[in-house]
Amino acid sequence: MADPKGAPSRGSTGAAIGEKHAANLLFVLPYLLVLLVLLLIPLGLGIWLSFQDYDMLGGWNGGVGLDNFRNLLDDSIFPGAVRNTVVFVLITTPAFVGLGLFLALALNDSLRRSAVLRTVFFGSSVLSVTIVTLIWRLVYLPDRGLAADILGLVGLHGFDPVTSETWALPAIAVVTVWWIIGLPMTLFLAALQQIPAELYEAAALDHASRLTTLRNITLPSIRRTIAVVAVIEIVLQFQLFGQALLITGGGPNNHSRPIVQFIYEAGFRDLQLGFAAAASQVLFALMLLAALGQMWLSRRGEN
Amino acid sequence: MANLSLRQVSKRFGHVEVLRDLSLEIPAGEFAVFLGPSGCGKSTLLRIVAGLEAPTSGEVHLGAERIDTMSPGDRGVAMVFQHYALYPHMTVRQNMAFGLQNIGTPPEEITRKISEAAAMLEIAHLLDRKPGQLSGGQRQRVAIGRAIVKQPKAFLFDEPLSNLDAALRSRTRIELARLHQRMQTTMIFVTHDQVEAMTMATRIVVMNQGRIEQVGTPMEVYQQPDTRFVAGFVGTPAMNFLPVARVEERAGRAVACLPDGTEIATTVPVGHLPSGDLTLGIRAEHIVPGDGAEARVVVIERLGERTLIYADLRDGSTVVYDEPGDVRLDIGQPVRLAFDGAAVHLFGPDGMTLRG
Repeated sequence: MADPKGAPSRGSTGAAIGEKHAANLLFVLPYLLVLLVLLLIPLGLGIWLSFQDYDMLGGWNGGVGLDNFRNLLDDSIFPGAVRNTVVFVLITTPAFVGLGLFLALALNDSLRRSAVLRTVFFGSSVLSVTIVTLIWRLVYLPDRGLAADILGLVGLHGFDPVTSETWALPAIAVVTVWWIIGLPMTLFLAALQQIPAELYEAAALDHASRLTTLRNITLPSIRRTIAVVAVIEIVLQFQLFGQALLITGGGPNNHSRPIVQFIYEAGFRDLQLGFAAAASQVLFALMLLAALGQMWLSRRGEN
Repeated sequence: MANLSLRQVSKRFGHVEVLRDLSLEIPAGEFAVFLGPSGCGKSTLLRIVAGLEAPTSGEVHLGAERIDTMSPGDRGVAMVFQHYALYPHMTVRQNMAFGLQNIGTPPEEITRKISEAAAMLEIAHLLDRKPGQLSGGQRQRVAIGRAIVKQPKAFLFDEPLSNLDAALRSRTRIELARLHQRMQTTMIFVTHDQVEAMTMATRIVVMNQGRIEQVGTPMEVYQQPDTRFVAGFVGTPAMNFLPVARVEERAGRAVACLPDGTEIATTVPVGHLPSGDLTLGIRAEHIVPGDGAEARVVVIERLGERTLIYADLRDGSTVVYDEPGDVRLDIGQPVRLAFDGAAVHLFGPDGMTLRG
């Protein structure tokens, strides 16, 4: 401590906690700097930019009020991109929660087999999006890919999700779930291991079946983790970009183009930074709303 | 209410043998306490009765039924866990109802049973709270209530008082004893605390290293221990053990001569003595100041109603004796101690008590 007077005295009842001391700021300064430079300033700039006519070639042409947002509404692609992204989140988030929980429940023991499988299921998470999409483009190859082979076995021939308006987005969702199911699984495993074994023993003595135990002991005990996983996945999956760009390029006919790809193209291909920033604000608002909605739902469930 | 019968029960965890060929009969309505040090296998034995562990061999019978092959819920036992194991997201009422709902008890009967148990345990005002909002003692009552509503043939308690503070522990002890008097149900209580065992048990089962050392009423176990282990484990302060230098005979009875030259005339017939080193055991209350061994006070523990005095005999071995109230003694002060020969125990080289 720089000054012993400023240090909270041992055994005091909080008088020192409220004391102002400039030196204490040093402890949080590194974090504050990072927060400011990498988060708050860009956020503020982005919001400001979304009300400007800012073109990377033409430069700044002054404020335009809500014009960028109006243009987004009238855009031929953006509303579709919002729809695609929302649908993608609606497909993947329940899948991450459901499948992650299922895997965690199935692999929550000390068997060597389970340890190997846990590693296997987490393994794909360490791959980059480039590798993942490379693998899955092979899987989705029409006529020769693994997916076509398997579906051919059950009589579904000619399956080509990448060029299908209906199946392109679900196909990207499958890739995404395969890629990063490891995180929800691990979070659920950690939560399951926090449940005291005595609770299960008490339930066994209380004549609870496996299903009753799952419904009445396990799920309520990991309710918070379910909410956390849902919020994390909502926030993550709204930012869908790499998989869509590399597998379908947003096609066919924009049916798998997500908001982030739209922002990327508006900003870095068409160089309309103000317009792209406005789309970013819409994405931010959507993510915020969805995450808040999920938190409200889970809190209501708790009460 | 049913009698519990353990027949040649063994339990191994890998290479570790936790219970060795253990047989025991607990009559219906008895309050049996499994007493022993940590790791003696008492909790494992209780968990085998509950069905939370399977015995490696042997059988468990409750009443007329063999229960070791049944699932825990079917056995007709209820257990109170060391950490209570209340379902944290359920209210007290839901905690108590859960087991009954699972066996399809009609709602009105569940309500009635919960009300009765809650009234008996004075927790009626807590029924709508969750375990997190209760104190340790209240949780304890709820855990007992959850067991009572099931009306089991036997109650199993796994060190349920160990998380309570001293005052609450002694109060709960009394309440449990009263509960047993009222319900007259078979109860099995596991503890390492000999005070709990002495105060509550109808019979104490003293266990050590996976074996039963002695089964008896509290006073039998205290006054006539079968082994040196039981003699040392039961009673506070622990029994004094002194090596016997040689044994002489006087009117057919053994006279134990201690290394410091003290002679103690015992009631043990000399004909029964085995060869090898013997140990003499005597409780603190059977040593009194008087005409006997010379000793020097080394430690004085004043407990209020009595005082424990630790004194070194001439050969360096330490004995503890007690006196009522306070004493006027100083550290290092010489004292003379008389040993009550009628109350001493002699233990053979194998640790078994030698009797007439």
